[in-house]
Amino acid sequence: MSNFNRRDFIKISGASAAGVALTPKLSGVFQNFFQKEGKHLLESDAVKVPTVCEVCFWNCAGWVYKDQEDNIKKIIGNDDDPHSNGRLCPRGTGGLGMYYDDDRLKKPLIRVEKEGQQSFKEVSWEEAFDVIEKNMKAIDKKYGKESMALLFHGKTGPHFEHLFKAWGSDTMGEPAGAQCLITREAGFIATYGAGLASPEPTDVRNADCLVLIGNHIGENMHNGHVQEVSTLIDRGGEIITVDPRFSTVASHSTTWLPIKPSTDLALLLSWMNVLINENLYDKDYVEQYTYGFDLLAEHVQKYTPEWAEGVTTIPAADIYKTARIMGAAAPKTIVHPGRHTAWYGDDTQRTRAIAILNALLGSWGRKGGFYFPEKLKLPKEAHPPFPKPKWSWKDISKKKHKLAIMGITNEILDNALPEYKGPHKVKGLFIAATNPLQSIPDEAKIKRALDNQEFIVVVDTMPSEITGYADVVLPEATYLERLDHLRTAHHRQPNVALRYPAVMPKYDSKPGWWIARKIGLRLGLDDFYEWEDFEEVLDWQLKQVGSSMEEMKKEGVKLFPRNTPMYLEDGEEYWFNTNTGKIELFSTDLDEWGYDPMPVYKSHGDVPAGFLRLIYGRLPMHTFGRTLNNPNLNDLKKEPNLWVNPKVANIYGLENNQEVWLQNPKGKVSSFPIHVRITERIRHDSVFLPHGFGNKGRIMVNGKVEEMSRTYGRGISDAEMISNIEIDPETGGTGMRNNFVTILTEKPTKTEEKS
Amino acid sequence: MRYGMAIEINKCVGCADCVVACQTENNVPIGYSRDWIIEKVKGQYPDVFLHFESQRCNHCDDTPCVRTCPTGASHVIEGGIVKVTQDECIGCGACIEACPYDARYFHPDGYVDKCTFCDHRVQDGLDPACVAVCPTTCMHFGDLDDPDSDISKLIRKRENFTLLPEAGTAPQIYYLK
Repeated sequence: MSNFNRRDFIKISGASAAGVALTPKLSGVFQNFFQKEGKHLLESDAVKVPTVCEVCFWNCAGWVYKDQEDNIKKIIGNDDDPHSNGRLCPRGTGGLGMYYDDDRLKKPLIRVEKEGQQSFKEVSWEEAFDVIEKNMKAIDKKYGKESMALLFHGKTGPHFEHLFKAWGSDTMGEPAGAQCLITREAGFIATYGAGLASPEPTDVRNADCLVLIGNHIGENMHNGHVQEVSTLIDRGGEIITVDPRFSTVASHSTTWLPIKPSTDLALLLSWMNVLINENLYDKDYVEQYTYGFDLLAEHVQKYTPEWAEGVTTIPAADIYKTARIMGAAAPKTIVHPGRHTAWYGDDTQRTRAIAILNALLGSWGRKGGFYFPEKLKLPKEAHPPFPKPKWSWKDISKKKHKLAIMGITNEILDNALPEYKGPHKVKGLFIAATNPLQSIPDEAKIKRALDNQEFIVVVDTMPSEITGYADVVLPEATYLERLDHLRTAHHRQPNVALRYPAVMPKYDSKPGWWIARKIGLRLGLDDFYEWEDFEEVLDWQLKQVGSSMEEMKKEGVKLFPRNTPMYLEDGEEYWFNTNTGKIELFSTDLDEWGYDPMPVYKSHGDVPAGFLRLIYGRLPMHTFGRTLNNPNLNDLKKEPNLWVNPKVANIYGLENNQEVWLQNPKGKVSSFPIHVRITERIRHDSVFLPHGFGNKGRIMVNGKVEEMSRTYGRGISDAEMISNIEIDPETGGTGMRNNFVTILTEKPTKTEEKS
Repeated sequence: MRYGMAIEINKCVGCADCVVACQTENNVPIGYSRDWIIEKVKGQYPDVFLHFESQRCNHCDDTPCVRTCPTGASHVIEGGIVKVTQDECIGCGACIEACPYDARYFHPDGYVDKCTFCDHRVQDGLDPACVAVCPTTCMHFGDLDDPDSDISKLIRKRENFTLLPEAGTAPQIYYLK
């Protein structure tokens, strides 16, 4: 494609948009649907189609309820589903808004230039595939297939992973890794030889004590876990929540420890100190299953609660008290591993400290601790072996980070920058169901990487920031209109769940599998697509495990018996997948690779004068930027608030609901304002910003603006304010919690970033 | 038979699942709702207290909304459920004024709408949509007249409160501490 500056394009479209009247928020089919009054859809009249939710990664199974005219009326959890137990969270319940949203991408688009202005033109699928075929082949010829990289998320991802591997590129990554849980996986792998994956196998329903450190269950609606925490409250269990913010779950906890942000590792080490020095750890378990206890015992001597008090601001007495509570409940104590753990740049070490604490408490493999999950083994469809690429994401990241266990998105993008002169250049991007401008930090860098690409394809259901940078935009059908891979996530019981299209795709959208296959055929990959309809693949897979599409369409979820015990037997011999075959309190791998073999506390510095720490997190009714425009979910929460402590409000002279802007230490001012919420629920050194807002994605299609009209310009994007990224050496994960902002009460004259 | 609801505020996370489940179950137009979440915060950092309340029509024993209705559209059905007959409602708004809980709203189609305890579901032996969906299972629905019902036992066993008891309407939604 032509060599233009994509950032200019965004500005042009933004400016042109100023005078354009936007379509009313409620229009067309959507309005009609909700104003059809009076008739309830009774169980007996409903047509039910099984689905697996895609509004978040928890992927709960449920039933889409349609009336006899094929209108989706509601979505209800599947009673047999271990992820949801028949109860969806607000996002799953409101998931039908993903389908009804009239701001969806509707037609394939290609970039055109007219009178010096960039715009999109609606085209047929075949025309869009022509452009994709031509450009992917051009990148292959010029640089090699490896230089075309894939960034992806969710159940859309695997269709394009298959396409890329069949074509010959394994240059791929998902923000769910480096921007979310890779450090936690690495920390647990280094300790137990096993990661946690999703859903995390925490046996909260049988626990007596749950420790949450930077984990706001209930605001993150990890459905099954929220449900299990509720049972712990019913049983009168201990919940110890460590959070600088009085989170929802902090309010339901027996203890809240409002820690000074960035000092979590000090608290974890001092807890180890107490457990060991007061003999509260599980001696038999530690002796039988762990390696390096003596080294650890010596290592943590300096991390006394008295020392930790000075670092964390948590009184030593509270540290002793909580360690004793944890020890008394062990092994039914869970120090929860968290999920989004990309915080401070030493996150593998911090999550390893969590893993070690659990080992001292003897909770791994124990009832009320961590159960051993099982997963249904589903055979993959036969196809020729994938060609071996000359290089892959591993060549980009594995040498730098020994525990980079998946593609590191931010480093794939480093190789896409103009200044990158090495052998692994990224010159084209295929972006499926993710919006890197919000999901990967350092907006300025990403924009430069995007500018430096010769070709960009975006596949998504909604327009977002990234859409404006694409050469080709492909509208994907929503999860309610498409078939995807079977869900076989591990759990207490192996299980399989089916997502089946409840209705035909709206507009001219198509399922991901269809799009990937069509591109595959254009690239001559016929051998990898011997099926015509993805349903054939699923039916074959299901038949290998004694089920079928026919059965699954009726059941939605099928459970299978376990093959191994869920917990360790008393004194059972057990081989862990580590070098020593033991739980490694002292990690032999980390030692060999030159990382700290046991976690060492390092200060992350203080909040710079005149600034506040930026804490971001979730609201229970939203997941990512793309859920914000869902009419049902948007109705629950349209706009975020900036949480500030009354002391902070006093200093800045703020009033509740006042409109303010944020500025980071590099001078970047937020694109949009946000309303202040003055609350005692947060420390005086931090502000809290819900994630995903501040959408500024607008595209011009045939001279008209397309955007997420319900959410455009509402609130501030945390990603936009994050300027300091601290890379976790073990994994390459991006620490994003050492970021600071100051509050501006006057509207700044210029909000564009200096380049 | 006397229907009522008990809501455990020590478990509610204020996620608003009850709100969206009601909207889809009852075709409530976007921008309106029959139930809603209130966040209540007390104290000063770090001694802070917080709870959420999922609120809706209290299906009171003493119903000012029914008393003030000039057409008889607002009425009480079996089990104490307060309802509005759409065809009989002239949209005068007297009931909206009379309700101390602000539980009624003007439906854009020209009548007053409110929570029905999902009586269409209750007739089939199902819980109201809000109760059935709640991920924390903090909401309970049942017969307050039956001393052996789960809800009666919960209310007896747990310290509880109702909203605005001083309004004298004898509300039938109990919040359990």
